[in-house]
Amino acid sequence: MSAVKSTHHERRLHPLPVRVMHWINAVAIFIMIGSGWKIYNDDVILGWLHFPDSIVIGKWAQYGLQWHFFGMWIFVLNGVAYLSYGIATGRFRQKLFPVSIRDILATVNDALHFRLAHDDLTHYNAVQKILYLGVMAVGVLIVISGLALWKPVQFSELAALFGSFQATRVVHFLCMAAIVGFLLVHISLALLVPQSLVAMVTGGPVVDDGAAPEIKR
Amino acid sequence: MSIRTRTPSLFRPRKSIDQGVLTRNRALVDGINRRNVLRGAVSLGALSLLTGCDVSEDDSVQKVLRAVSAWNDRVQAAIFRPHHLAPTYSASQVVKPPRFNAYYDIEEVKPIDGATWKLELAGRIDSKQPWTAHQIYQLPEQEIIIKHICVEGWDYIGQWSGPNLRDFLQRVGADLTAKYVYFICNDDYTESIDMATALHPQTILATKYAGAVLADPFGYPLRLRTSTKLGYKNAKWIKAIEVTNDFRETFWSKQGFNWFAGI
Repeated sequence: MSAVKSTHHERRLHPLPVRVMHWINAVAIFIMIGSGWKIYNDDVILGWLHFPDSIVIGKWAQYGLQWHFFGMWIFVLNGVAYLSYGIATGRFRQKLFPVSIRDILATVNDALHFRLAHDDLTHYNAVQKILYLGVMAVGVLIVISGLALWKPVQFSELAALFGSFQATRVVHFLCMAAIVGFLLVHISLALLVPQSLVAMVTGGPVVDDGAAPEIKR
Repeated sequence: MSIRTRTPSLFRPRKSIDQGVLTRNRALVDGINRRNVLRGAVSLGALSLLTGCDVSEDDSVQKVLRAVSAWNDRVQAAIFRPHHLAPTYSASQVVKPPRFNAYYDIEEVKPIDGATWKLELAGRIDSKQPWTAHQIYQLPEQEIIIKHICVEGWDYIGQWSGPNLRDFLQRVGADLTAKYVYFICNDDYTESIDMATALHPQTILATKYAGAVLADPFGYPLRLRTSTKLGYKNAKWIKAIEVTNDFRETFWSKQGFNWFAGI
């Protein structure tokens, strides 16, 4: 009668909290970029760059601002939860570290020779590791520069680190550009390797609880 | 097995439908073909694009966004540092003249006659006698060289002087425990600030820019200048000041801009 239960706790490649936070973040990023472009249009940094009305969020300035200062709560709260989870569970350490220069060169070499393997979703190559770590760092910087833009007087000590108000805007803008660049690569690759997209919805393959991820048959 | 006729629905008409209406409108019915429907749908889409139909304008969406904006007002009040000074700059960095901004163009500014202008006082204030420009220009002046930051993203350094607002409110016996200070302007503009901001050491009733009496486009004879708010909170051409506990929407907050607008 008594079934022997496996002592191993079965775990998916992307546990439920990661998937939920990933898609909340996707919505938040969409709101922040679209409304940010609307706010940017009112006083452009680059004379030649206006974002077309058809791709910004908010028809009028106040709507862009309303969305931005609504989305910021989702982006920041979800981002703090995600970073805390990644650190506390050891997921970052396991998936994103270590990154060695030699691995990066090897991955770039493989990519240039069209030898990049992506049949194993559970393993990130060195370039993926760098990109994920990089976009997280940019995510932190865009929040810090955003705080300095929102409250240059209340947080004048923080704002002073960026130099001037306009310099802070440029940093905030460049962070956005870096995230958009990341998204172009991230979304293209997710579409090229659809099982990675599916995995972010269903959880993906079951992985061993142990440190070395291995696909169970 | 018996064959039963279907029981007609209670709501089924006893008589068959009059087909006459179809024959009478034959031309119209023929006009309803797939291509026309498609064309109509496409131009409906084009119309919504042209008019810029925006989900933000939807009542329920506005309700949520404005509720968050009101929440943000409270957050900003909570993080406000009443004695923390904004960075100040040197006179050599001052931009002259200041940058003009209003909800209309500079040509449409209606200059005020300083000789007949009076500042009205209302609400929780002991002495409500109106002030003439002459009387206000006699008061001790404070000078601040601070950044003006516009919600649009631009900024410039300006040199403003005039009576400190806290001093002025004390002088007229205002209730400094009230919640808001309202400004009613000559151009039907309204603005209000929280009392903490009104009492901030860098909040003044500006009468001068770069040492000279304010020019007409910049608020002559009296305007607000505070170092802790976005540009639009700094009411120009003030004609009345009211101290009150009642919250009322202001010119820009009515249109969906954040009320607190702290920086």
